[in-house]
Amino acid sequence: MQTSPPADTIEARILADPRYAALVRDRQRFSWLLTAITVIVYSAFISLIAFDKPLMAQPIGGGTISLAVVLGAAMLVGTIAICAVYVVRANGEFDSRLAEILDKAK
Amino acid sequence: MMRSMWRCAALLVLLGWASGATAAITGAIQRQPTNWTAILMFGGFVGITLWITGAAARRTRTVSDFYTGGGITGFQNGLAMAGDYCSAASFLGITSQIFNDGYDGLIYAIGFLVGWPIVLFLVAEKLRNLGRFTFADVASYRFLQGPVRSFAAVSTLLVVTFYLIAQMVGAGQLIQLLFGLPYLYAITVVGGLMMVYVLFGGMRATSWVQIIKAVMLLSGATFLVLGVMAQVGFSFETLFARAVAVKTKLALESGLSPGDAATKGRAIMGPGGFIKDPISALSFGFALMLGTAGLPHILMRFFTVPNAREARKSIMWATVWIGYFYALTFVLGFGAIVMISFNPDYVGVGGALRGGNNMAVMHLAHAIGGNLFLGFISAVAFATILAVVAGLTLSAASAISHDVYASVMRKGNADPVKELRVSRITTILLGIAAIILGVVFEKQNVAFMVSLAFALAASGNFPVLVMSLLWKGCTTNGAAWGGAIGLLAAFGLTVLSPVIWVAVFGFDQAIFPYSSPALFSVPAGFLAIWLISLLDRSPRAALDKAGYPDQRLRSETGFGVHEAAAH
Repeated sequence: MQTSPPADTIEARILADPRYAALVRDRQRFSWLLTAITVIVYSAFISLIAFDKPLMAQPIGGGTISLAVVLGAAMLVGTIAICAVYVVRANGEFDSRLAEILDKAK
Repeated sequence: MMRSMWRCAALLVLLGWASGATAAITGAIQRQPTNWTAILMFGGFVGITLWITGAAARRTRTVSDFYTGGGITGFQNGLAMAGDYCSAASFLGITSQIFNDGYDGLIYAIGFLVGWPIVLFLVAEKLRNLGRFTFADVASYRFLQGPVRSFAAVSTLLVVTFYLIAQMVGAGQLIQLLFGLPYLYAITVVGGLMMVYVLFGGMRATSWVQIIKAVMLLSGATFLVLGVMAQVGFSFETLFARAVAVKTKLALESGLSPGDAATKGRAIMGPGGFIKDPISALSFGFALMLGTAGLPHILMRFFTVPNAREARKSIMWATVWIGYFYALTFVLGFGAIVMISFNPDYVGVGGALRGGNNMAVMHLAHAIGGNLFLGFISAVAFATILAVVAGLTLSAASAISHDVYASVMRKGNADPVKELRVSRITTILLGIAAIILGVVFEKQNVAFMVSLAFALAASGNFPVLVMSLLWKGCTTNGAAWGGAIGLLAAFGLTVLSPVIWVAVFGFDQAIFPYSSPALFSVPAGFLAIWLISLLDRSPRAALDKAGYPDQRLRSETGFGVHEAAAH
């Protein structure tokens, strides 16, 4: 394995492309943002259950369904949704930006 | 007596909150009458999968075929991951927990789901871009191969062994529960079939066993949910209201005053005693969330797809199916309250389920679809164990043959025929060991073993993977020793926790008061990697750091990616 790519290889051309640095930065920022949201929302959910059970047992809209059930369902749907948000942007925008960079480098 | 048994069972469920598999199977297991319908259906499943294994065996020629199965699509891989992850015990255990206590089962289910976005955001595509067969390919990419791969192999074997023991014991209990056959039969059948799938079919057969099983489980559970919803006019409000009414009536019958009975009935709609201690709860949550991103048999599935794009789709689909599965179990648990609570065929005096604590969904299947459907669901539950153990075995066999034998002992110049032979010998030894361990641990509480597997994966593998992928300053020593310290911390804290210190060793007071170590051992792992790397002044450390830009480029772009489907 080489430690630094020699000049004028495909690697060097990718590294020299400012769009590469921008792509990596955007994707990284997006990943960490979504990771933080996931961890915070989940921790909040567990803490709510641990610290305020009566609130969670509160019925919603005069029926039987409780806040806990609604929030739990929202956690299931939200987990799937946040994955979808990432995949749509990564497989769309990020991948096409990457394809342009690779095309130019070749 | 019944009450203390139930309390004991509830405790086991709590301890095993982090358990992927059999941990939710708790309480006394009563052997059932021999269930020939289920055995026949299971035989059908085995027949189909063996036929596929035969076909796969004819196409498994290279080492790459054996480890990766020659490439499947993201959608197929997502289903296979769901098949690997949605365990029989979640299915039986969570539905029964909801049948007894209501809402709490959902908390458990959500914990299992939240790890998937983390895997997606932080590791999946980089893993696919850098790795070929095992996660050690990625963790050791720019490092000295020996130390990092040795660490990864040890940690893989540890995680897999704990997980495997729990699966084997669970298989034995399930087969008594569902098929009415003796324990030893179950263990031997599972161990034997697992060896056949992995030995002859490799990853290709294993993937298809998981896919078929996932489809069977999801369609069976969907059918059951439709049966439940038809009973309540497809209204969730009616379903929950009736469940509360049933629980209230049961409480009245047990002699409570009308006011107390109403409170007790309502209690199923909110969280109960499941989470008592917030620190333990969060710690379990972190073990689940981060452990998923460190489970070697889950990570290995990313190498079965051709590129990062398909790896992302794999997780998308896995998350959809696993989330859907848990939503179904929630409805099924409440459906069981409504449909079987007053039927003396299913529930004995005092509201206890006939056949043991975990039978709620089985009785529900019988109530909705009769004996034939009960047989189908039993066969699916058992097939689940096969899917999981085959995946586990394959990841352990790869750790030995690819990481230890080919990369460390032969320095990457192994003869492919010999490498394949090593992985097959490992598979046979593991199969035999799994059968023996399953027998040895029959009476043990396996709940903590699965939670330990998750905690080890979260504290050892996850920090090493993240630091080697994302931190330029990480060095060989940092990754290998820091990872080992994370593993040791998880292991040590578990021994000092109430689960072992009090329950096994019999001391009065646990030194470490929480039931899961992850909240402390995961940061310990990260800290150790950071500190050791920082202090590392060896010549190798300079090389490790210099290798980062190249690794980074490849992990970000997939440039020069090893083709998963290369033949």
